[in-house]
Amino acid sequence: MKLRIDIEKKLGDFSLKLNTEISGDRVGIFGASGSGKSTLVHLVSGLIKPDAGEIYLDDACLFSSRKKIDLSPEKRRIAIVFQQAMLFPHLGVKSNLLYGYKRCRPAERRIKPEAIIEVLDLGHLAGRGVNKLSGGEKQRVALGRAVLANPRLLVMDEPLSALDDSLRYQIIPYLRSVSEEFGVPFLFISHSITEMQLMTERVLVVKNGRLAGISTPDELARTGMATNPRGYLNLLRLHGARQKDGLFYYPWGSSELIISDGKTGEESLFELSSRDIILFKQHPEAISARNLLECQVAELFDSDGRKGVVLDTGGKTLIAEIVRSAAEELEIATCAPLFAAIKASAFRRLG
Amino acid sequence: MNLSPQDSTAILLSMKIAVTATMISLPFGFATAWLMVFRRFHGKVLLEVLINLPLTLPPVVIGYFLLLFFGRNGWGGAMLKAAGSDFIFTWKAAVVASATVGFPLLVRSIRLGMESIDRQLLQASRSLGASWHDTLFTVVLPLSLRGMVAGSSLMFARSLGEFGATIIVAGNIPGVTQTIPLAIYDYASSPTGTSMALSLCGVSVALSVVILLLHEVIGKKLEHGGQP
Repeated sequence: MKLRIDIEKKLGDFSLKLNTEISGDRVGIFGASGSGKSTLVHLVSGLIKPDAGEIYLDDACLFSSRKKIDLSPEKRRIAIVFQQAMLFPHLGVKSNLLYGYKRCRPAERRIKPEAIIEVLDLGHLAGRGVNKLSGGEKQRVALGRAVLANPRLLVMDEPLSALDDSLRYQIIPYLRSVSEEFGVPFLFISHSITEMQLMTERVLVVKNGRLAGISTPDELARTGMATNPRGYLNLLRLHGARQKDGLFYYPWGSSELIISDGKTGEESLFELSSRDIILFKQHPEAISARNLLECQVAELFDSDGRKGVVLDTGGKTLIAEIVRSAAEELEIATCAPLFAAIKASAFRRLG
Repeated sequence: MNLSPQDSTAILLSMKIAVTATMISLPFGFATAWLMVFRRFHGKVLLEVLINLPLTLPPVVIGYFLLLFFGRNGWGGAMLKAAGSDFIFTWKAAVVASATVGFPLLVRSIRLGMESIDRQLLQASRSLGASWHDTLFTVVLPLSLRGMVAGSSLMFARSLGEFGATIIVAGNIPGVTQTIPLAIYDYASSPTGTSMALSLCGVSVALSVVILLLHEVIGKKLEHGGQP
């Protein structure tokens, strides 16, 4: 997917002015609330009309004030998943799912209802009224409905914000799997760096209605390390845990991670703050932290007065955060050997 | 209960006029409410005032305006004459009188219903490939049903009680344009009509109760857009 935007829009005191081109199938739009993310996707999907400019999706012109083109939303084929599921309350789950599918030209019906129902695990919900669904189920139906419209582009406008933490990370695998299995490119809008890391490959950063840059989610997380109250969040997908003495032992690269709040049987996603990793120059004699990893400094980066240390351990990467004076004391340089200590309770299981 | 054949005719005529006025007004009421809620255009305030005017104007004044418009020298009258149709002092005039007086009530109720529809539902529908009229019929209309039922019952009840405008444009001709209120008016002005008037009052009360009950029951059924 390639999206070319050069637009201006004034809405009261707020003005949006963007000129950029971004390509990729998993693109994020990142920004604080009120930065213009939602306005931008409304403009792209045709729900609001720009004052002037052009919007191209791949080679199709969606809007051009110069050529006097303004495709109506239904002709743009950009389906939206909103923050609230926005299921049609007068229709059942099945009719909601098929709403866009029925309106899609038969030649373009690439994704079939049966496939979506299976991937999103909606089979047991199909006969129900939408008011009988939980928040997570509603969002899954909304996602299925959008994908079944067989859109050229799927827009997810903060689809996880209305869900609580545990549900949020249960939905993410579904969001990822639909785009991967069915090859639907998407724009993912969020103000959460973690969600960006989990969902996207390229990120368009918007600030006060202007483009603040295009980066990767990892760069975004690194830049935000010093200002984010929880530092850089390492995300680890682990599975195959064995349980011993109330702790969970996960194989990780060539070593093992010991985690308090684990789960046997299924893959889990863990979050580890860069601030919860303590670095030692030499092997400490005895420490209370359950994880002591032998590692090598792969890279160093600065973030607002803090040092980010990219650690390579047994083929895996972790990012630790230290203050500059600590970096000097430890004489940290690329390729230097270090020991990283992490408490078993520092890992937070997301889902 | 003491009802003469003439009273029965008046009851049936009242029902016929109220049903017709409501049915004819519904599509217009829906369209007007939609315009007011979802569209932006110049002169919206003016339209708003015009629609609500019958609520505040004395019905007699409305009746008089209708008489002027549909009378021999009015535009409407001239057009009807060209079409070879009688209008003033027929039941059709009573329908128009009822429709004019009840229309603001209908529009108000439908608007209330429409205003509670989340705009994002319409955006969702459009982004899923529905054109605006498709969205209108598959999302706005079903979600406005409650408001339409509420508005229709209000309007129907208002039409049953219409007096001032009706007596001016349709007159008070027994068997032709005499509705329940007009018949009661006749009985009330005759010294022997008390029991007859009371019987018709009883019918009015019964009809009103039935309408209100129906309104409640259907309203409940349509909660959550009719989904269980």
